[in-house]
Amino acid sequence: RQWISSSASRPPLVSRLLLFLTQRFYDVEMLISWKSNFKRSLGLVWSCCDVWVSSDFRFVGQSDWFRANRRGKFSWDFLQFKNTPLEEVDMSHTLVNYTGLTNLATQKQLRTLRLRGCPEIDDWFLARLHIFQDSLEELDISECPRITTGGLVALRNLKGLKLLNVSSLPRVSSPGLVIILLEEMLPQCQITAEGYNHSLRGADEEDMESRKSLNV
Amino acid sequence: MSAWRRLPGKARSAAGLLTSTRVTERLWDPRAPSTCSQSLSTSGSSRNDYLKDLQAQLAGMRKKAADVLPSSSWTSLEINTGLPPKRVDIVIVGGGVVGWSIAYWLKKKEKYSQASTVLSAGGIRQQFSLPENIHLSLASADFMRNINEHLGVLNEEPVDLQFNHSGYLFLANEKVAHIMEENYNTQRLAGAKVSLLSPTQLKERFPWIDTDGVALASYGLENEGWFDPWTLLNAFKRKAISLGVTQFCGEVTGFKSITNVLTTVDDEKVGIKRIKSVKVQMPNSLQYQPVDCAIVVNAAGAFSGKLAEMLGIGLGPKDSFSGIPVPVEPRKRYVYVVHCPDGPGLDTPFLIDYSGVYFRREGLGGTYITGVSPEEGEEPDTSDLEVDHQFFQDKVWPKLASRVPAFEKLKVSSAWAGFYDYNTFDQNGIIGVHPLINNMYFATGFSGHGLQHSPAVGRAVAELILDGSFQTLDLNNFGFKRILEQEPMLERNIV
Repeated sequence: RQWISSSASRPPLVSRLLLFLTQRFYDVEMLISWKSNFKRSLGLVWSCCDVWVSSDFRFVGQSDWFRANRRGKFSWDFLQFKNTPLEEVDMSHTLVNYTGLTNLATQKQLRTLRLRGCPEIDDWFLARLHIFQDSLEELDISECPRITTGGLVALRNLKGLKLLNVSSLPRVSSPGLVIILLEEMLPQCQITAEGYNHSLRGADEEDMESRKSLNV
Repeated sequence: MSAWRRLPGKARSAAGLLTSTRVTERLWDPRAPSTCSQSLSTSGSSRNDYLKDLQAQLAGMRKKAADVLPSSSWTSLEINTGLPPKRVDIVIVGGGVVGWSIAYWLKKKEKYSQASTVLSAGGIRQQFSLPENIHLSLASADFMRNINEHLGVLNEEPVDLQFNHSGYLFLANEKVAHIMEENYNTQRLAGAKVSLLSPTQLKERFPWIDTDGVALASYGLENEGWFDPWTLLNAFKRKAISLGVTQFCGEVTGFKSITNVLTTVDDEKVGIKRIKSVKVQMPNSLQYQPVDCAIVVNAAGAFSGKLAEMLGIGLGPKDSFSGIPVPVEPRKRYVYVVHCPDGPGLDTPFLIDYSGVYFRREGLGGTYITGVSPEEGEEPDTSDLEVDHQFFQDKVWPKLASRVPAFEKLKVSSAWAGFYDYNTFDQNGIIGVHPLINNMYFATGFSGHGLQHSPAVGRAVAELILDGSFQTLDLNNFGFKRILEQEPMLERNIV
């Protein structure tokens, strides 16, 4: 999918030619959309394997994490714990999305969920996290490019949340205000929100103080 | 053709230029006396000007000659390019979100001023009492979750509905708590994610509510909230147009139809109409175009009843089918925008009290929108969209402030009014063909939840038209049968 921004430099000749043809011929438009669909479905297939291999998890009662080692090899010992519920899952930088959450839906004792930098996580995914509302204590959704304020609102159901990391979310407008409102919404929760440029215009001291209190 | 006349004049003055010393030219060309005196002093540049002028005149004449020839596009009659075509397959009357949704799904399968869509509060919920309504909302939420897969256009900006996942909160008093419980069971069975809260749990969850009188509350956990109706409408429009649908503006003022007279089992004669063409009148003009078509879709919202009347529905004898009008009429509803700095925070749901008053958050700056549905006997006049501010003082504010004490101190910043396409029969949508008109499909009467059901309804109507019956969701219960047999299918959770 292409996001067109007005400040982009002129695309190469081939792209411009394709765009010209796409706007005039339905056949060309169909071919181009096949190409992007093919890439996306390839990506989906790859991401299923990718998520499985690159996510880390820890079971209840165990203190060791199951991770892929440096060479990408994954130990098969986790099969011993087939029936033990998961307690902590780290799926940062994977392509997990809304549909993928179905696989975790049965884990009623999930306490930590790390989803740093996942490009497919959007507001609807956050809305579905209500399935963990009784158990989830730590959530990290920093650097996810598709989350907006409307999705952060969906975290309203996670009343047991103690640690929340919402740093560097590019699509959240007026982050300073949103973080204050989040603090009010989840009073028991410590919110980490770095990587925002709270432009210091006017209320300088207030901004600095709110940032200090958030980064406890 | 003034060009012809002018040329000899110029030729005369040209002669004057070339023989500039001859003073007799002044008498010869009385219309341009000054040119002679000017030409005496500046002969060189005026000759160039004259030549350029001459060239321009010749070019103009050539163009006019070419236009008159048959291959050009010029005609002496004025053509209005805004007229709809003379012949189409399907005419959809109504440019709101339901109409455009139907247009999009029809194309996919082959493949506004007073419109209620953009005046809507934009909410979507699954908390209904009828399973069909719950399924429609779930399907529409599903559609909106994957909106860019459905309505994304190549090389255009992606669609951002600005969906706020805040959920709906319904409050019930003692009298209606049992209905809420029944509805809760129906909703869970249909797959909606809803939870019930007792007054204590409610107070704990939302400390700013005054729970006096509340016996039970129903809170949506997922797929509920509000979004921008304008974005959804434009997304449907953009995608439908990219798939080949054309838009025309005008007003439908009549139909041409033929009537087949059939005899029923009881030896009664019934006239079944078939629409042949739709008369579309251009805005602010007397010009109209009859558009021949095969199928007409009535998605005209609050004005659907009026449209059906043009075909005689409701104007027949009282005890016959044609005497039963399409029970959809416009009902004016006011929405007030209020500002309250100490109001509830980010997790404010779309709260609907049992007294009928509702409110939801708008933006991040302490602004909320609120309103209430008037009592049956006090419906405001529907001839315009003027707002009655006294209504807020009398009917909305007291109830709002008693439920949320923080709202005792607020300021109304603005207000607007819109029409519900109110189904006076049972406040539920009417989807299907009318038995007396062979080729008119109705998708109207949603009484305030047309927007949230529009994606699923559009798909259902497209299936009905192209496949002959509903394929994904069975909405046969929303057909005309219940109206003609006078058996209402009431939706108990109407706001």
